[in-house]
Amino acid sequence: MASPLEIAGDDGIPNGRRFFKGRFSSLSALLLPVLLIALWWLASARGWLPEQILPAPSYVLQTAGDMIMSGELLYHAAVSLRRVVFGFTIGAGLGLGLGIAMGLSQRLEDYIKPTFLAFAQIPTLGWIPLLMLLVGIEETLKIIIIAKGALVPITLNTFSGIRSVPGKYVEVGKALRFSRWQTLRLIVLPGAIPSIFTGIRYGLTHAWTSLVGVELLASSEGLGYLLVWGRQMFWLDTVIIAMIVIGLIGVTMDKGLNGAEVFIQRWKKEGL
Amino acid sequence: MAEASTRLVRIRRGLTLPLLLLAVWEASSRLGLVDPRFLPGIEDVVLTAKREIIDNGLTGQLAASLLRNIAGFLIGCILGVSFGTLVAVTRIGDRLVMPTFNGLKQISLLAWIPLISVWFGFGEQAKVVFVALAAFIPIALNTYDGIKDAPSELVEVGRALRFRPWQRVARIYLPSALPAIATGIHLGLIYSWLATVGAEYFLAVGPGIGGLVIAGRERFDMALVMVGVIILGLVGFSLNRLAGAAEARLLRWRT
Repeated sequence: MASPLEIAGDDGIPNGRRFFKGRFSSLSALLLPVLLIALWWLASARGWLPEQILPAPSYVLQTAGDMIMSGELLYHAAVSLRRVVFGFTIGAGLGLGLGIAMGLSQRLEDYIKPTFLAFAQIPTLGWIPLLMLLVGIEETLKIIIIAKGALVPITLNTFSGIRSVPGKYVEVGKALRFSRWQTLRLIVLPGAIPSIFTGIRYGLTHAWTSLVGVELLASSEGLGYLLVWGRQMFWLDTVIIAMIVIGLIGVTMDKGLNGAEVFIQRWKKEGL
Repeated sequence: MAEASTRLVRIRRGLTLPLLLLAVWEASSRLGLVDPRFLPGIEDVVLTAKREIIDNGLTGQLAASLLRNIAGFLIGCILGVSFGTLVAVTRIGDRLVMPTFNGLKQISLLAWIPLISVWFGFGEQAKVVFVALAAFIPIALNTYDGIKDAPSELVEVGRALRFRPWQRVARIYLPSALPAIATGIHLGLIYSWLATVGAEYFLAVGPGIGGLVIAGRERFDMALVMVGVIILGLVGFSLNRLAGAAEARLLRWRT
């Protein structure tokens, strides 16, 4: 059997580890990206890879500067964001309504849910060609696809959130002679909020992914279009910049929703 | 008795909407209420499916898609489990590699396609790389989380028994991470199918269901598109079921 001392040693010295973690974890996180960029820079400076396969980092940075100054990047990002906001709002509204309706009524669930699940099996990408034939390749197509991306997770999570509200709570409401509306507003919805938020976060992620998909297939503006266009022109700098912006906007939206969730549920800490 | 009758009621209710939709579809195409180019009759769709299966080798196309899917999935799965394990058990991996990985995974999957097409071309190789990437991300993440959540008592037992590093991985970390890995594999299977469809859309046209759908759209053949889309859904559904069954079987020992 090992002595306690040996175990502590094997543990990597807990105190030292904590010290390391506090001071350097953010620094060490940056080490690999810095190394990769250094390698990238070296590879392009030495000409290990042709410019069309991997443009120099300085060149990408310069293009990024140009695209920001000319307003081009902002324009495409704004187009994409507008589409997501419209599509997501429609999808989230429908999803919340449908989820709440199915959650409250067994009858509605029986009628709608099997069909809904069957439609949900078909991936968003599958709907794009079908809808292209029906509504063309204009704005309507993008909004419908994004709305569909948001609709599925929001409906399902809202539904299961409402169903998982404990029956006890609803009975308390009955004992207090709450009206149906009061029960919904004061008991069912607050109980379902965590699950609804999970749905909204997934919904926004799906909406953003669907946007990239639909813009790749049919678009003349937006970040997805930048990707396709850059690819066709062999402007890899443009492709890389568009990828980074897509990633950044995705993270920002997710972080924002996370913040909103904490804010809305701040009563949790006080109450319980 | 009562249970059986509520089940019957639920089945009857569940079938109402699809049957109603089918009836409206059939009636509107029979009565010529809609342009058949936009909504072909049910008979047309069935005939198209039959034609594609018998004359145009639909099964071959499906096999091409599935093969691509499985190849990419297996590569992504092996790499994902190894990467997730390595990063979780080594301090260098945890501190240095994970933050970068977390940053890169934020880029939505389809946005990788143009870059992959430059680096790997438009052929089979690029498609498999993309499918592998789609499977790799959730599998690596869930493996990492599962290993990080390994109960510390177990890890200590391993220390007390003076397990070698690989013994710790094989006997403690991996078994205790198995449920999380199974979740990752389940997600990976779903994502890899989406990626297969995406790869077939955006990369060069070759055999495959995605290519079939795109061809249908280009020819304005709504019936063909519908057949393709239904197959996409069915395959996704079956893969999901298969993964669920495999997951349950794999984790049977836990109960």
